Amino acid sequence: MYTLPGKLKLLAIVFMVIGAIGIASGFLNTPSNTEEVKELLASHSEDGHGNATAVHEETKESHNQVGVEESHENEHLEHALHAYQNRPWSAFYVAAFFFFMLSLGTLVFYAIQYAAQAGWSPVLFRVMEGISAYLPIGSIIIFAFLVASAMGLNHLFHWMDPDLVNPESEHFDEIIFGKSGWLNTPFFLIRIAIYLGGWNLYRYFSRKKSIQGDSSDNLTWFKKNFKMSVGFLAFFIVTETIMAWDWFMSLDPHWYSTLYGWYVFATMIVSAITVIALVTITLKAQGFLEFVNDSHIHDLAKYMFGFSIFWTYLWFAQFMLIWYADIPEEATYFVTRIDDYKLLFFGMLVTNFVFPFLVLMNSDFKRVNWFVVLAGIVILIGHYIDVYLLVMPTTVGEYWYIGIPELGAVLFFLGLFIFVIFNALTKAPLLQKNNPFIKESKHYHY
Amino acid sequence: MASKVIHAIYNDDDILLNAVKKVRGEHYHIEEVYTPFPVHGLEKAMGLANTRIAITSFMYGVVGFCFSIWMMNYMMIQDWPQNIGGKPSFSYFENMPAFVPIMFELTVFFAAHLMVITFYMRSRIWPFKKAENPDPRTTDDHFLMEVDGGSNANEVAQFLAKTGAVEINIIDKDEDH
Repeated sequence: MYTLPGKLKLLAIVFMVIGAIGIASGFLNTPSNTEEVKELLASHSEDGHGNATAVHEETKESHNQVGVEESHENEHLEHALHAYQNRPWSAFYVAAFFFFMLSLGTLVFYAIQYAAQAGWSPVLFRVMEGISAYLPIGSIIIFAFLVASAMGLNHLFHWMDPDLVNPESEHFDEIIFGKSGWLNTPFFLIRIAIYLGGWNLYRYFSRKKSIQGDSSDNLTWFKKNFKMSVGFLAFFIVTETIMAWDWFMSLDPHWYSTLYGWYVFATMIVSAITVIALVTITLKAQGFLEFVNDSHIHDLAKYMFGFSIFWTYLWFAQFMLIWYADIPEEATYFVTRIDDYKLLFFGMLVTNFVFPFLVLMNSDFKRVNWFVVLAGIVILIGHYIDVYLLVMPTTVGEYWYIGIPELGAVLFFLGLFIFVIFNALTKAPLLQKNNPFIKESKHYHY
Repeated sequence: MASKVIHAIYNDDDILLNAVKKVRGEHYHIEEVYTPFPVHGLEKAMGLANTRIAITSFMYGVVGFCFSIWMMNYMMIQDWPQNIGGKPSFSYFENMPAFVPIMFELTVFFAAHLMVITFYMRSRIWPFKKAENPDPRTTDDHFLMEVDGGSNANEVAQFLAKTGAVEINIIDKDEDH
């Protein structure tokens, strides 16, 4: 049995406390009116991050003679105010989803292992179950966040504004009105409850059967788990696409991309497998999982390598088609990202593709733990940036910065994640007892 | 002068694998093993050096990647610039995304084909070559281990009989083979 080391627990709690302070200060330091925004913009031009102000001054100059300066500037400040008010919420949302998707991706990988009746991986099942233990908590946080959005506490989801679908209103938006059969708040929350519920049910019952299996003298539990996994995977691949539409694509309701769901899935699965590898290596370093050999690590690293390339493939497929067709309503997605987020946008190609590609290409390096850890940390940072770029450009736009709200949210959820998963690992033996593939998995040798 | 080799024939890959380990444990010299299909772990059991074909594959990939960059630059930018979909081909950099699929394909093409050719050359296989395997049954369902007889071929043959071989032949082999 695994026991939670005191140091790790302390570290997790410290992360959570520091992170909570960061989140709180992010919310408290949000400007509440346009006057404060004015000051903020002025002060930001001093510390070098003057992009926003430069644009702001330019508009001011060009409208000087026309005499509409006042109203235009107010409109501009209003816009900046919304962006600043969105920022702590977005930072929270990005981090909440990032850690949620780590556990969800792990659950999917776990289900794939069952459905494929894989022989190499059963020694890692308890590790995966531990990581997916974060799923219920992550789901509740995300759901609460989206309910808060629906109640109008934040304005990330622009389409929730009832004025936009009201033909009488001056803000009436015909495109959003056309989509309102899908994009309306009650249906939004209902379908989210359905798929979050479905995923959590699978997680609950598969874990339950897995524990039952330890004291069972037959394989009914295994067969049930197999069937459940197949059902879950079919349910997941449909609902995951819907999740990607609802949670990210609808932030910009005018824009759409048909492979968006796959793109989010690619980010999810590569990060999740990386986390499985990192947690496995951590447990091994603490002296547990003596039955996991370097061939298992090798296989996880192969998946990290392969799914990094898969992610790049989807990233490029989406980018190239939109770049080539160059239709304004589609290209706007990449225009905002390249104009305002150039470094992050192209930087993540280095962290998510070039770096893991070169580091993990050599077969021998995939068995060297510190190489896998190094590549894994870079991959996780890169995919955090990826999620960041799914959300921020539409909610915060040019007023982004990676500062206290973002780092605070990441630290808080990292602490919570570590605390929950390592706590869950102590709840059951780290090796399934009666899995029919356990012997094969123990002797797995590449 | 002719030396003696022993051909031990097995009919199961697991028995073969164990036999190889035993033979090497006794420090007899295995010249070659002929199998109808690749036997997992056999190269490690025989103590063969790791293949370096992955390194050549990487180098061929780099060659293909560079070739594709040169080729698309020559075709689409220098030799015959065309306006495709409102994107005139006057600058390599601005048209680069359109060339990425070609870079990918040529990298794979070069790596795969040149690797196969390298493998054939290194294994000395070419069209119309006479097969080297001593017994045609190794292309069907039997495994053959060729062991150097050394100074006492009969003793080696007796040892091999105990490792599960279904048939043992002592063969006089010409030096020049």
